Amino acid sequence: MTLFSFSVKKTGMWEYTDKVREYFLNPKNAGEIENPDAVGEVGSIVCGDAMRLTLRIDKETERIIDAKFQTFGCASAIASASALTELIKGKTLEEALKLTNRDIAEFLGGLPKEKMHCSVMGKEALEAAVANYRGIKEVQKPEENIVCQCFDVSEEKIRKVAIENHLTTVEEITNYTKAGGGCGSCIPKIEEILKEIWSVKAPPKKPLAPKRLTNLQKIALIQDIIENEIRPRLQADGGDLELIDIEGNRVILSLRAMCLSCPMSDVTIKGIEERLRELVSDEITVEVA
Amino acid sequence: MKRIIYLDNNATTAIAPEVYQEMIPYLTELYGNPSSMHTFGGQIRKKIEESRWKVAELLGAQPEEIIFTSCGTESDNTAIMSCLYTNPNKRHIITTKVEHPAVLNLCKWLARRGYRVTFLPVDSLGRLDMDAFYRSLDDDTAVVSIMYANNETGTIFPIKEIGEVLRERKIPFHTDAVQAVGKIPINLRDLPVDMLSLSGHKLHAPKGVGALYVRKGLRFAPYLIGGHQERGRRAGTENVASIIALGKACEIAAKELEGELITISYLRDKLERHLLKACPDSRINGDPENRLPNTTNLSFAYVEGEAILLRLNEHGICASSGSACSSGSLEPSHVLRAMGVPIYAIHGSIRFSLSRYTTEEEIDTVNEIMPKLIKDLREISPFGKRELESCKPSSPSYSTE
Repeated sequence: MTLFSFSVKKTGMWEYTDKVREYFLNPKNAGEIENPDAVGEVGSIVCGDAMRLTLRIDKETERIIDAKFQTFGCASAIASASALTELIKGKTLEEALKLTNRDIAEFLGGLPKEKMHCSVMGKEALEAAVANYRGIKEVQKPEENIVCQCFDVSEEKIRKVAIENHLTTVEEITNYTKAGGGCGSCIPKIEEILKEIWSVKAPPKKPLAPKRLTNLQKIALIQDIIENEIRPRLQADGGDLELIDIEGNRVILSLRAMCLSCPMSDVTIKGIEERLRELVSDEITVEVA
Repeated sequence: MKRIIYLDNNATTAIAPEVYQEMIPYLTELYGNPSSMHTFGGQIRKKIEESRWKVAELLGAQPEEIIFTSCGTESDNTAIMSCLYTNPNKRHIITTKVEHPAVLNLCKWLARRGYRVTFLPVDSLGRLDMDAFYRSLDDDTAVVSIMYANNETGTIFPIKEIGEVLRERKIPFHTDAVQAVGKIPINLRDLPVDMLSLSGHKLHAPKGVGALYVRKGLRFAPYLIGGHQERGRRAGTENVASIIALGKACEIAAKELEGELITISYLRDKLERHLLKACPDSRINGDPENRLPNTTNLSFAYVEGEAILLRLNEHGICASSGSACSSGSLEPSHVLRAMGVPIYAIHGSIRFSLSRYTTEEEIDTVNEIMPKLIKDLREISPFGKRELESCKPSSPSYSTE
């Protein structure tokens, strides 16, 4: 079974399935249960989406008799919340908790990948409601290790969602939790978490330059850095350079492509010099031929 | 297909029928290259010069001050880069926090390459902080690039006042007037601007053509190097049909602008007044006193913009939103954030932008549909007055830069 078979049609703004559209335009179970047995609230108005789930639960059997939702958010948030209530009605709490965010997405015929966080929000609302029913207070909240300040996402949540959905890239984490989608300053931290989860052993860092290099070693190292690090970076901006010669610690370059006409080329040269000093030797100087 | 009510004219506009007619011969039988020596090509060169004259006419410029480009972004990039090339010893750029990405992202890119960039702030109505502007000026300033009118809120900046100061200090001044040209009168004869960008598809010409005004006497460095087209200031074979279209669109704008201004702003005001009254907890984003006549940016509390847009879409109504979900990223509008609009209002923001083709009947339809639509979405929303009061009006923690 493929997990996300996107039988998706362009709707103009986002790629939503007919089922998402249907559940967005005519949501089922929208509203609030009076005197509910359980309430689950997640998200906030600041983050741009939020959900409130209210449940009627049969005390004897712990079966969910009725479920209603209120959602602040985009079409897929509303559709996901509506789908969740359809999925859990009639289930016992135990059964309901076995649902994953993937089940919600699948029920809707798939969600665009940027919108997977909406399905995660549904799952979280359910967990919050069950915890509320069982009288578990939100005790650990202040001790949570918040990774993404913009969207208030904890390390615990990132780990959980990554493992449950087999997420391996920061982009996927952003799609599923929004973490990293704001200022981006937490991206290195997310990378670290992912590395920890998925690699048995992190690949060893590139060894730093040994203290003393023979001339041949030095030339090879400089060539390696220029070919594999510096040129690809310049080429990404439409620029390029050629290594002309290395005389002792003097590295002589010739600018190519956009770098030739670029008014910032001296800044670029300075940057290359700094990088070579860092990786090869403090005494390196870079000149343009 | 259902009838479309198109209220997203700040994104792009319909090609005017007269403009389309004018283009057709140059997409069919008159395919010559304006650079050719033969009459077949030469007649097209003449037509391009006629078009240049029409664009200049609309702006109060001289034809030789107009360079045709491929889009507004190219005009913006050309202008800013030209100032940097011709002032190689100056490393300071002044712009605003609310520019279009064509300027904003270029300036951020330059900032990463050693330039010092001042991003001027705006107040809660989107008006430029003039004190900050005066303070930011120094002898190291290579270029000031400030938009004429904001695409999201329609707020118009005091271009004349800014230009006068810069002229006195001999600092090159570029303005991105993509949203202003064709919507409000611009007369460069008494506007001290050195460079001005415009885009064809915002004024009923096709996509893929723009123009850059460069004041006579200003030092200029081309962005595209190659052939001698545009007197060596913009190489590349001309987009003939679109350039002719742009000329026609400018000719129509020059003739119709004054009248359109009145009817369009009447319809805009009718829409805005009704929605503010019929939808409680709604507000205007932008400066109601000094705005493009076709633009209104409204916020509806407790509901999210993308949801509003998609429900409008079901009725064939096209608008846009500054909410995070509709921006294609997770970040809501940088313009509304720079204005310090409360975050709930950003998420619930909708921009309607009208054109000369907007009818009163269309506005009445939107006025009828919108209040019920907002009410329906609010019924699904967990938020109400209570949450709003606890939501601090400060801007969110993530930053613009």
